[in-house]
Amino acid sequence: MGYRLKMRIWRGDQSGGDLGDYEVEVSEGEVVLDAIHRVQATQAGDLAVRWNCKAGKCGSCSAEINGRPRLMCMTRLSDFDPVETVTVTPMRSFPVIRDLVTDVSFNYEKASELPSFAPPPRDADGKRRMAQVDVERGQEFRKCIECFLCQNTCHVVRDHEENKPAFAGPRFFLRYAELDMHPLDTHDRRQLAQGAAGLGMCNITKCCTEVCPENIKITDNAIIPMKERVVDRKFDPLVWLGSKIGLRNRDNDGRTEV
Amino acid sequence: MSDRHPMTGNEMSGSEPGGLERHQYDVVVVGAGGAGLRAAIAAHDAGARTAIVCKSLLGKAHTVMAEGGIAAAMGNRWPEDNWEVHFRDTMRGGKMLNNWRMAQLHAQEAPERVMELEDWGALFDRTEDGLISQRDFGGHKYARLAHVGDRTGLEMIRTLQQRAVALGIDVFMECTVTELLKDGSGSIAGAFAYWRETGRFVVFEAPSVVLATGGIGKSFKVTSNSWEYTGDGHALALRAGASLINMEFVQFHPTGMVWPPSVKGLLVTESVRGDGGILKNSDGKRFMFDYIPEFFKAETADTIEEADRWYDDKKNNRRPPELLPRDEVARAINSEIKAGRGSPHGGIFLDIASRRTPDYIRKRLPSMYHQFKELADVDITQEPMEIGPTCHYVMGGIEVDPDTELAAVPGLYAVGECSGGMHGSNRLGGNSLSDLLVFGRRAGEAAAARADSMGQSRPTVRDDDVRAAQASALAPFDVEGDENPYAIQHDLQQSMNDLVGIIRTRGELEQSLQEIEKLKERAKRMTVEGHRQYNPGWHLAIDLRNMLLVSECIAKAALAREESRGGHTRDDFPQTDHEVWGTKNLVCNVDATGAGIDLSEKPLPVMPDELKKYFD
Repeated sequence: MGYRLKMRIWRGDQSGGDLGDYEVEVSEGEVVLDAIHRVQATQAGDLAVRWNCKAGKCGSCSAEINGRPRLMCMTRLSDFDPVETVTVTPMRSFPVIRDLVTDVSFNYEKASELPSFAPPPRDADGKRRMAQVDVERGQEFRKCIECFLCQNTCHVVRDHEENKPAFAGPRFFLRYAELDMHPLDTHDRRQLAQGAAGLGMCNITKCCTEVCPENIKITDNAIIPMKERVVDRKFDPLVWLGSKIGLRNRDNDGRTEV
Repeated sequence: MSDRHPMTGNEMSGSEPGGLERHQYDVVVVGAGGAGLRAAIAAHDAGARTAIVCKSLLGKAHTVMAEGGIAAAMGNRWPEDNWEVHFRDTMRGGKMLNNWRMAQLHAQEAPERVMELEDWGALFDRTEDGLISQRDFGGHKYARLAHVGDRTGLEMIRTLQQRAVALGIDVFMECTVTELLKDGSGSIAGAFAYWRETGRFVVFEAPSVVLATGGIGKSFKVTSNSWEYTGDGHALALRAGASLINMEFVQFHPTGMVWPPSVKGLLVTESVRGDGGILKNSDGKRFMFDYIPEFFKAETADTIEEADRWYDDKKNNRRPPELLPRDEVARAINSEIKAGRGSPHGGIFLDIASRRTPDYIRKRLPSMYHQFKELADVDITQEPMEIGPTCHYVMGGIEVDPDTELAAVPGLYAVGECSGGMHGSNRLGGNSLSDLLVFGRRAGEAAAARADSMGQSRPTVRDDDVRAAQASALAPFDVEGDENPYAIQHDLQQSMNDLVGIIRTRGELEQSLQEIEKLKERAKRMTVEGHRQYNPGWHLAIDLRNMLLVSECIAKAALAREESRGGHTRDDFPQTDHEVWGTKNLVCNVDATGAGIDLSEKPLPVMPDELKKYFD
């Protein structure tokens, strides 16, 4: 069952680097991260790689495998021909720290810019009530494991460093949509999503959806509905007129703009 | 503080004396899983300047792997449920060795801690009435686990992470604490750490340190735990002079994946059984009915018909034996495999496909469906899973005061898996997530109160200790040795798995202690290649010292406890001995050399009469 896998792994740091050739014994049922670990344990003790759960649940081991952004722990070697060379490089949209480890702090900065959930008081008995069907929309988005592969893939920032300050990226559009669809949230973040987060820069090419290891329909279920909600508020002449003359709009009820 | 990294706080400048970076806080929390985050939030809310220091990126801690749910007697499904029932279940699950006060506080406070998560944005599954749904789990009398499909841990960590970020708590990510620092009087003065990214050293000065570092599972070969689980908090506390209790009790989760080899040990949630899944051997027999122990006979169904009725009618039927506490189920599976009735890859079968509809399975267990499909090519809606026991959790940990989580060292607190006492000899599923929340909050508040009470007269870090910590961390670079840390770790994992595993004997435990001594010698000759920047070999070399120390605790305590109870099964002492062993804990401390472990006995705190009545 076992064979010797040929690998090319990017080694280097901020100042530059190169692909290194490795050959490592692998066996049936293994994933790319197993091969990387074996290289680390037997040939290159200082090979830098991030990983935690090795089960597709923590989103730490993101990299580009033969050019495709993927989780190393969920990429099975059986997907490749045994004679094929598997090339592993760090995520391209983030600065390299060392080898396969990148500086993903961009994402943590964007997370801190997002106003958090703001619920009304609890019901009289101290509990909260929501219908399952209402929480399910948000639950899809909360499956996100923050692997940042969508952020890495999105062409708005990939190779466009200059767009980063004004663009939160698919992961955080997911979060805006989640909060906007939360049955109890009292904030209206639509202006913010459009303005500071740069939702308008997304032109729905669905690259993010394609690389999502959790199969979240980022574009269809989060970004497009969020864009529609923004547009309703901004451009729908009836809504605009209504808000000017102080007509109540159910979509705004109980929500304050942040 | 000129050249700090905007997000991680990492200081890249080498102009500080000795390249050392210093930070002052009221409370430093080590670990950013559920317990660490909850403690930090509580400390912050109490007005303390708080920092979280964690080995991985924020949001990646092991809590993320928790699947089934958070146990809390909210009574949303069964109004009969209340803290008394939960308390009783917890004590009985732990075979009465739990610290009664911790079990009581845990049962009383868990519901409000879950509601808080909802206030902070968690989206739990709902009942038909719109309340938080609660599911069945092993050892719990009523459906009690608040859950989100089978990814409850992810929901919990994301909620706490987002809360901590919203509050603006400082987070030092990918920063590993290697020593606790004390002042001349023996009080906590801070902690010594290194940035994984650069290898630079950091000194935290703080009168309160909360350890929330998780478990020790990485010392075993077959484990559901990640690389971080190297017993750091256990070892830090030991070296600082605190004691560990109950270290012989290691939980082997009954259901880990057994195939393919690369995922061996990966967790399969107990919810599969809670939601109707059953265990079968290679003869197709539902074997758990053969393994109902005397202790649980009165509350366990003894026919298939009764067991199957229970899911819908809990009042008139008893629990299926598949939902016995984890220690019982793991031992039963182990026996079936040993008797030659195992599955093709050396496990047994966990079958939900023949019991529930594909729709139901995909809805209730989406992660399990995904995990088996992607990693093993198995469709769990169509065929049974192959599973076997995997090292999952350590009940033992740092001995703390039940109300404040204060350890024996003034200023040192411990919460979550690295603390001991709450779960006795065996933890019930779902009780760890609630443990993190309940005691995380308590520790955070106590740690903040201590810092506040000290005013300006704070313990000071001694320069000698900082120099010593630095030298010790750098030692693997200086040694001209022939040992590779990866090889030592591998051999330790193999020894612990073979000799200190689910079934233990005196001979094997004695042998394990000899092996650990040999590994300690080898570790002195351990050397690492490369430099200090993001060097996993070096990081492992540092973690290994903790793993060796904690492994010694487990083996020594396991050798001493001559009975079987919960997560400690002795083949040579199969009985549970309530007379001799039911009234005391085994306590571990570092010996005079600082490199070995001394074992002593301590009486178990006695439960007051008003709680004893639940066990008549």
